[in-house]
Parts: sequence; structure tokens; C-alpha cells
Amino acid sequence: MPRLSAWYVRAALLYLGLGFTLGGLLLANKGLPQQPLLWRLLPAHIEFLLFGWTLQLAFGVAFWILPRWRTQRGNVRPAWAALVLVNIGIWLVVLTGWLEWSAWSLALGRLLESAAVVAFGVHAWPRIKPWVETPL
Amino acid sequence: MPSLTRLFVKTSLIYLAAAFVVGVFLALRPLLPLPAFVGGLTPVYFHLFMVGWVMQLIVGVAYWMFPKWSRLLPRGHDGLALATYGLLNTGLLLRAIAEPALSVSAWRGWGWLIALAALLQWLGGLAFIANTWPRVKEK
Repeated sequence: MPRLSAWYVRAALLYLGLGFTLGGLLLANKGLPQQPLLWRLLPAHIEFLLFGWTLQLAFGVAFWILPRWRTQRGNVRPAWAALVLVNIGIWLVVLTGWLEWSAWSLALGRLLESAAVVAFGVHAWPRIKPWVETPL
Repeated sequence: MPSLTRLFVKTSLIYLAAAFVVGVFLALRPLLPLPAFVGGLTPVYFHLFMVGWVMQLIVGVAYWMFPKWSRLLPRGHDGLALATYGLLNTGLLLRAIAEPALSVSAWRGWGWLIALAALLQWLGGLAFIANTWPRVKEK
């Protein structure tokens, strides 16, 4: 797989580990209540698994397998930008919840995540095409 | 496709159907006098979708399609992949039974079973990561 896909998928696997760890703690704490504060981990559990794991895995695999132009994948800069933006966004959202930062940092986190999706869309849109280009 | 992938994908489809059935029961709650344990099914509903369907579909397809690890172990350690299947499914089924039961029963054992379900699913996730990580490589 290409370098960027490897980065996305490795990041996704790390978030899977984090998300499953938080989820395991939350579920165990539900069965055998030890620490009520653990419930504050629920938004991070969802954020890590929904965007860190699922979204980044989808981006990584899409970058790898979508149709190419011979060997080229078109403009890859927006796809790299999406990797950076989505990860900063995820951590801004999560840390806002944990450290009780202002609502502005939550909004900024969501804005960065949205920008990541737009950036990846800019990269991927032209690659959604037939496998064999027919001559005009 | 490899037999382990077929196992994961077919199981994931069963969970998808099960999740929709649970969704119907949740929607019927305000309309019909259903047993009280149905009220404890909301987290089970989400996890049947996300762990039972989405996660297992991904695990099955990744096992099949990701770059080969080596000539000797093209898809990594099959024992780890099987462990992923066993741990994820035992944990999820245990949760699907024990979590709603805890909401209507005072028996302390349900709590321990939920904690066990958490441990099994966590180990299943780690087994998948351990078997997949070496297959994520640049070409």
C-alpha cells in the first residue's frame, strides 16, 4: 500500500486500541462500578472509534484502492492535509472534554475534522471514475 | 475469499440483522407492554452495529485484502485471527445478555459477566491489532 495509506491505517489501528481500551474500562465500570468519573471517557471512546478508527481506515483504504491515472493518484497534498487536520481535530475535541476547555476549542476541533473531510473529498472526487477511460 | 473471512463476514451480517431486530423492539417500547429488560438494550443495539457488524466486516476484509506479511505467513498468525473471532464474539454475546439483565436483576453475577465481556472484547481488539500491524507496509 502507498505510504499515506500506511500512515492512515497505522493511525486507525492505534485509535482502535485506544477506543477499545476506554470502552473496556467503561463497560467494566458499568458491571462493577468503581469510579463514576470514568463516565467522562464516553465521548472520547466514541470520538476515537468513529473518527480515529473508522474514518481514517476508510480514508487510508480509499487512497490505496480508488482508480488511478496509470500509476498516479492525482493531487495527494489534500489527502496528506486531511491526515493532519483530522488528527488535530480529534485531539482538540477530546481534550476539550477532558480539560474543560471553552466551547470555542470544541468548535475548532469540529471545524478541523470537517476541513479534513473536505480536503480528502477534493483529493478523491476526480478518482471516482471508470477503471478504463473510454476515448471520446 | 479465505474461510476465516467468510466466517467474519457471515457473522457480521447476522449481527446486522440482529441489530435491526433489537431496533424494532426499542421502537416498540412506548407502544407495547414489553419486558423491562428491553429498556437496557440501547447500548447493546449500538454495539451490535459497530462491533458485531462494522468491526467484524472490517476485520474479515482486512484479513483477506491487506498486504501479505510473508511467504510463510501471508495473512499473519491464523491463531491470532481465530482468537480475534472467538474473543470478540464471546464478549459481545455476553454483553448482549448480561447488560440488559443487569438493568432488571439484582444478581451481582451479571456485573462480573459484563466485566468479563469487556475484557474479552478488549483482548479481541488487541489480537486483531497485533495480527494486522505487521501487514500494514509500504510498497
